[in-house]
Formats: sequence, structure tokens, C-alpha cells
Amino acid sequence: MAFNPDNHGLRLFVRYLVLCLIALIFIFPLVFMINSSFKPDSQLLADTSSLRAFLPVGDISLNNYFGAFRRAPVGLFVLNSVLVTGATVLLSLLICSLAAFSFAFLRWKGRDVLLSIVIATLIIPFETIAIPLLLLVSKLPWIGLDGLHWGWLNTYRVQIIPWVADGLTIFLFVQYFKGLPGELIEASRVEGANWWQVYYRVVMPLSGPVLATAAILKFLVMYNQYLWPLIVVQQESYRPVMVGLGYFFQLNVAWGEVMAYLTLITVPVLIFYLLLQRAFIASIASTGVKG
Amino acid sequence: MKLTKHLAGVVIASTCLCAPALAQTRLTMWYHGAGNEVESRIINQIISDFNTSQSDWTVTIESFPEKSYNDSVAAAALAGNLPDILDVDGPVMPNWAWAGYLQPLPIDESEFADFLPGTKGVWDGKLYSVGLWEAAVALFARQSTLDELGLRTPTLDKPWSREEFMAALEAAKASGKYEFALDLGMNDQAEWYSYAFSPFLQSFGGDIVDRSTYKTAEGALNGEAAQAFGKWWQSLFSGGYAPGTSEDPADQQTGFIRGKFAFQWNGNWRAVATMEAVDDVVFLPAPDFGAGNKIGAGSWQFGVSAKSKHPEGAAEFIKFAAQDKYLAAFSDGIGLIPPTPSAAQMTKNYKDGGPLAVFFALSKAQALVRPVTPGYVVQAKVFTKALADIANGADVADTLDAAVDEIDADIESNGGYSHR
Repeated sequence: MAFNPDNHGLRLFVRYLVLCLIALIFIFPLVFMINSSFKPDSQLLADTSSLRAFLPVGDISLNNYFGAFRRAPVGLFVLNSVLVTGATVLLSLLICSLAAFSFAFLRWKGRDVLLSIVIATLIIPFETIAIPLLLLVSKLPWIGLDGLHWGWLNTYRVQIIPWVADGLTIFLFVQYFKGLPGELIEASRVEGANWWQVYYRVVMPLSGPVLATAAILKFLVMYNQYLWPLIVVQQESYRPVMVGLGYFFQLNVAWGEVMAYLTLITVPVLIFYLLLQRAFIASIASTGVKG
Repeated sequence: MKLTKHLAGVVIASTCLCAPALAQTRLTMWYHGAGNEVESRIINQIISDFNTSQSDWTVTIESFPEKSYNDSVAAAALAGNLPDILDVDGPVMPNWAWAGYLQPLPIDESEFADFLPGTKGVWDGKLYSVGLWEAAVALFARQSTLDELGLRTPTLDKPWSREEFMAALEAAKASGKYEFALDLGMNDQAEWYSYAFSPFLQSFGGDIVDRSTYKTAEGALNGEAAQAFGKWWQSLFSGGYAPGTSEDPADQQTGFIRGKFAFQWNGNWRAVATMEAVDDVVFLPAPDFGAGNKIGAGSWQFGVSAKSKHPEGAAEFIKFAAQDKYLAAFSDGIGLIPPTPSAAQMTKNYKDGGPLAVFFALSKAQALVRPVTPGYVVQAKVFTKALADIANGADVADTLDAAVDEIDADIESNGGYSHR
């Protein structure tokens, strides 16, 4: 068959071929990680110079997984990360959407200036404020069931609260809210709804895509946290997964166990993404924002 | 009424039984070995033994991953949250002492008289830390390789000279049997470069910094000896004797075992695994490049935090942990060198005639601690970058001059790091 640029089937085939190749490039690291997690170190290292690295061949076993659980409290780390991430995502969606609602729909003095300041925080790298923030949280009070405490170090709250509100999430909500039909809001107000009812009954039910996007972006940021928990948590019982990865880097690195650990801690991310996949793609398509 | 009496009896009895425990003062300890099952088992055993051996103190441990341990300590120091007992990497100790993280050990140095020099952390004339093990590097080779290439087996008394060493590399290269003659582990650009490679520079007669004042690197890192070292260093890579900085990390672990390299410059922590895989492995002393053969010294050590309100208790624990039986247990467990000759005799690997006894001798005869200065933490990074750049073809003189400028600027900006 001669090449015909107008041949629809051929163009489709080429397009899918290119897309598949790109998908393969992106998926190769995952395939390598999962396959390597079943191989002993000697075979894993020897396979790195061939395509065998991407295939589940040779001496396959679950030994690396057993080894990972012996070396580190994997379950505890995953639980800590899921807890911190989940709490932060939920609080963030609530707080940031409320802030954005105010910026998008309410009229108050200094609103635009404050929104500009909030958006400007996007250009400040976290590393530059990490130390001042550390000094702050190490002195903050907290009233718990057992009375007043000073200092938030070695707690879940120190990993959650500083991350609840952020410029990107607020910006995402503001942009999305501004795209909603103004007539809806006006009609609700005319019907007698107060601002809380407008937020709760009108705006939020229409905000599925932006909620999914904000949730996934926040989830990834929180689940991948390393520097902040490293400096504010000195107790194993509060450590998250990324700090836990350090348990596997000894003088002689157990690469198979590293891969097993990475595979295990990737599972919650994949589950979360699969749950919100449809809304995430819809949101990217509508807002043009990507992670 | 009867029940009340019984309850009262139980309460009184339990109070009496608990009394000794309540009297114990809690000491907190941070350790860098999270994830190392063997180290954790031994250190937990020591703590358990200590806690039951006396009634004044009870030690609790919190382990950290080694890679992030220093950052965790620095953050905790800022937040005023340091424990009583810290473990600290030997070359980092002066920085922590200078920065106020550590206080001098309230123990007379004479109590550690028989410890290998590299296991004692001394800064500004005071003992700050003591190590329960030492590490050493050596040139890994196969006896069969030496025989096949017709090479003399170097000894501590008569190590290879520079010419002999280069002739050995040339012979290995010419044999065509190896991918590279020598593996230096160039992919590991953390502490390895200054620990493993600065002894080569020192053997040429140079150094990372001028140790007579610790106030400049001028002359030490860019003098005649350092220039000669730099040119030799570059020739290892330009001459195709050793893989460069893009070396596959896997090769440092298995390359020598798989026969990719004739020689490997590696630490004794890899010795046990290598012995298991290579029947005729031999551990050779560092070559002498003119100013004596040297290897690095100083591993992890225990010290007392400056914030500790109970330095005497912390010191008591450190003395307890420094018993020969524990030194031997660590050595048998993790393969590192026990700090005392008596502990070495209790180990399977380092006793006289043991398979790794040579490392004890190497450490005793060749070891030179890395520059004992708070500025070392910066100097090590500058040195690492300079060596990587030279290996990648940068001009030797320019690179070393730039490194000297960077080190001197750091020393100056820190007021000379309190060196008098």
C-alpha cells in the first residue's frame, strides 16, 4: 500500500504508535521499579545493562518485600503519610475554597491587593521559609486534652497545618469560580440565599473538577513531603514515607528492598489518582493547569 | 473493708517496686542507624544492658536515617530540641562543637588511651566524642591478578611506590581482561571523595587545608605537591585507567566481584561481601606517592549535646558502651574495625590471623584524620567538586586555585572558625 497522507487509518495508526511510544517512555521507570522489587540485588544490578531490567525474569521472589518490612516500619510510614496527606487535603479544600469564594464573589476593601499578595507567594520557594517556619512552630502553643503545650515539633499537626492554605490552590479556585455563570450567583442571592448557602449549595456542587485538581495537586505535594517532616519530626512514630526511604540507604544499599519500598509507597498514589482520574483530566482540559 | 486493705497493699507494694525505676533520670539519645538491623540490635542491647546495670539513668534511643541525620540534628539545634547523647560523624564533630551542638566529654581522655587515634574526636584540645568502631580503605585485588600480571604484593612496610602503582594499572590495562584497571567509586560524590581520595593528595605532600593554621588552603591545595596530585588524578581518567564520574553506581558494589576491574579502592565495609564472592581477594595498603602512604580515618562517634542537663549521665553511658565486648559485637555485626587491640582479639575478622586483621594494621599505621576544623564540612564539598571537575578534564591549576579561593573565603566569612 502506497503512503497516502490523506489515509485516515494510517494517520490514526501513526498517531497511536507515537502515543504508545511516549507512554512507554513514561511507564518504563515504573516497570523497572516493580520488576526490580522481585529480584535479588545481584541480579537486579546485573540486569541494569540489558532489557531484562524491565522484565520479571530470573530469580523472582517476594524476599525484598519481607526485607523492607523487617528494615523499616513501612505500614506506620504509609499510615502517617496517608493521615497527614488526607487531613491536609480535606482542610485545604475547605479553607482555600472559602478564601477563593471571598476573592471571587464578595466585594471588600483591599481584595485585589490581597489576592495579588496571595498569588505572589507562589514564587517563594519553601526552602527559603523553612527555617523561620521551624523556629515559629517550635514555639507555638497548643491546647490538647491534657492541657497547654508549647512547641509543635513531633506531632501530626506540625505536618498538616502549615500546608493547609497555599497560593496555588486558592488561585485555582478563584480562576474556576470566576468562570461560573454570574447569573447563578445573582439568582441565588435574589432568591434569598445567604453567602454561606451560595457557597455550600450553589458553587461547591458545580466545582467537582477544580476540587479534584486541587485535591490531586495537594495530595502529591503532601505525599512527597521530605524537607519539612525531616526538620520538624524527630520521632519515628510520626515519620512519613519519604523520610522513611532513607532507612534503605546504608553503606551497602539494598536496591531490591528500595524498589520494594518504592512500589509499596506508590500504591496509595495510584489508588488516589485512579479514583479522581476522570475529574482531574476534565479539570486540566478546562483550566489548562497541570501538575 | 477487706478489699480496701488488699488494694492498699497492692498500691504500696507496686509503689515500692517501682521506686527504683522512678528514681532513674531519663537520657535521650539520637543515632544515625535507622534501617540498619544489625546496628539497631546491638545498640538496643547496649542500652538495655546499661539501663539495667545501674539505677541512676535510663537511656531512650531515637534512630534516624543516616543520609538525613545531620540535617535533622542541625534543625533540632536551631529549635532547641537536641537530645542528651548524639552520635556524630568524626570529621563533622569540630563543626558541631564550634556551632555549640556538643559539649566536651566529662571523661578523661586517658580512659581511651588504647583506642585507635581516628576514633577519638578532639577539637580545641578537648575530647568531644568517642567512636565504637573505625573504618579503613584499601586496594582490593585478587592474588591471582597479582600473580598473572607479575606484580609484587605490597606490604605496610613496603607499599607500592607511585611508579609501581601506575605500572600495575598499566599492566592490568594492557592485559585486556578488564573494562578498567581501577575502580575508585567515582559516582559517590558525597563524603567518599574527601574520605577516600584526600589521602592520595596527602601522600603527594598536599592537603585540603593548611593544618598548621587551618586559616587557609593556599599552598596546601594548590601548591606544587597538589598540582602534581591533580595531574596524576586527571591521568587516571584521561589515560583510561578508571571510570569517571558517570560510573554506574552498581559497579562499586559488584564491578570488582564480576571481574570488570583489576583493582578497587574501597572500604572495609565492603570487605566481608567481597571475601564471600572472591576466594583470593587481598587487601593492599595505599601506595606511597612520596610523602608516606595514607588512608582516611574517623567514623561515627558518640558525644554529649551542649543542651544536655545531665552530661555526667551521658558520659557514663558512653563509657559503658565503649567496653570491649560491645566494640567486638559491633565489629562482628557490621564488619568495621574495633577501636582497641583487646577488642580486635575478641572478633572473628580482626583477631591476629583474622581475614580482615590487615585493616586494623592499616588503620593503625596509615590513618590520617580529615582536617580537624569546623570548616571541614564546606572544604569537603569544595574538594569533591574540584576532584570531579579535574576528573572531567578541567584545568588542574585553575580548578585548584578556585577551590582554594572558595575555601579561604568560607574561612574568612566565618571569622577563622575560632582557630587561634
